[in-house]
Amino acid sequence: MSSKLFTAFALMTLVLLSWGLYEAMIGAPTEATMGAVQRIFYYHVPCAWVMFLCFPANFLASIAYLAKRNAAMDAFAVSTAEVGLVFCTIVLLTGPIWGKPVWGIWWTWDARLTSTLVLWLIYVSYLMLRKFSIGGPNPVLAASLAIFGCIDAVFVWGAIRWFRTQHPQPVFGGGANSGIDPRMMHAFFVNMAAFTALGILLVWLRYTLERVHQRVEEAHAMKALGGAQ
Amino acid sequence: MTLAPSFASTLRNTLTKDLRLEWRSKDAINSMLFFALLVVVIFSFSFDLTAEESRRIAGGLIWVALLFAAVVALNQTWARELRNQVLDAYRIAPSPLEALFFAKVLGNFIFVSVLELLITPLFIVFYNLRSIGPSYELIIVSILGNWALVVNGTFFGAISIRTRSREVMLPLLLFPISIPAILAMVSATTATLTGEGSAYLPLVFLAVYDLVFTILGLFLFQTVLQAE
Repeated sequence: MSSKLFTAFALMTLVLLSWGLYEAMIGAPTEATMGAVQRIFYYHVPCAWVMFLCFPANFLASIAYLAKRNAAMDAFAVSTAEVGLVFCTIVLLTGPIWGKPVWGIWWTWDARLTSTLVLWLIYVSYLMLRKFSIGGPNPVLAASLAIFGCIDAVFVWGAIRWFRTQHPQPVFGGGANSGIDPRMMHAFFVNMAAFTALGILLVWLRYTLERVHQRVEEAHAMKALGGAQ
Repeated sequence: MTLAPSFASTLRNTLTKDLRLEWRSKDAINSMLFFALLVVVIFSFSFDLTAEESRRIAGGLIWVALLFAAVVALNQTWARELRNQVLDAYRIAPSPLEALFFAKVLGNFIFVSVLELLITPLFIVFYNLRSIGPSYELIIVSILGNWALVVNGTFFGAISIRTRSREVMLPLLLFPISIPAILAMVSATTATLTGEGSAYLPLVFLAVYDLVFTILGLFLFQTVLQAE
């Protein structure tokens, strides 16, 4: 991998994140009814977005691994799962911080909160399986679980929507009164770009690390085989 | 003429072997039954309920009790094959592995059904339950719900035996995946017991869930069992 390209991308991410921070904290106007706490929206939604990029990527990488048995695909799967889980955790933490002053409660069992929580649980079990497999991480078992998990996510979505009630209107495209101020929109999109770049950067970093790790393991295995001769 | 045993004969032989083993030892059913009994008793000590309240929450309680108890049987289903390297023999045998998986699912389905038949009367007595909706729906819920638990449980059992501390690992893998099925089971049971709302949607949902995960399990089982 070219380290120059990586450095350039990392610098770009840094610039985007700084710009995003400025736009979110100073550039965007304070929301009329919610006040300053609304600014968490510029972090909450982009993190959710990165999560929704990572988990399907993990699903596709898992299928690709089972089909081709390519170690690079497994490295990609574990990277996207870990980064996705980190962003999922941020989403689950920033949500209640916003929810307490605005809704008056930390948590409600509404559709989106519950499905995000279940998604989080599924990916924690995925990473635990990788950690606890006998003889190092077993990519085949992990990939099978990832496929089960992703198909299950569809059922989670349906189950929660049908068997649990109450869900708030979406902010975008939810009706006549939805939508936001153009300056807020601007701050929002800068942060979307910044967090997408951060997500890609982290996956890239983790992927490179995992590939090195795989090569070290392979070298150890080869050495052990050579020593036995 | 082929040498490899057919799907049907592998299914029949594995199933009868498991049932015979269970009939002689009664390991799974005894431990499940006692475990479920403990859960039911502890729940009923923990809450002091009126008839109306118990109708409302009984659906949740009984499925949680059954889920916990089923894990006891599911943990044994593959662990039993580790003795004398039976599982390795299965791996190299020419018999279809899907049949092995299906036989294990059927076996567990029978064990958990027996458990349900024994524990439900106790539940009714302890919680003074009387269904307001049509009770035949409860039978459909228990069949579909039971299948949802054992089909995923058997599959994840085959994964968890490949991990350290495997008995702990099975619930950690199974419970998150089972959440939508549990929601549907509880929703259908509560709808029938309280007579409010229809159990139709959760039942259809459960049927689709069962179908999808049975196909997925059959499809991926060979991959998981042969994983190095």
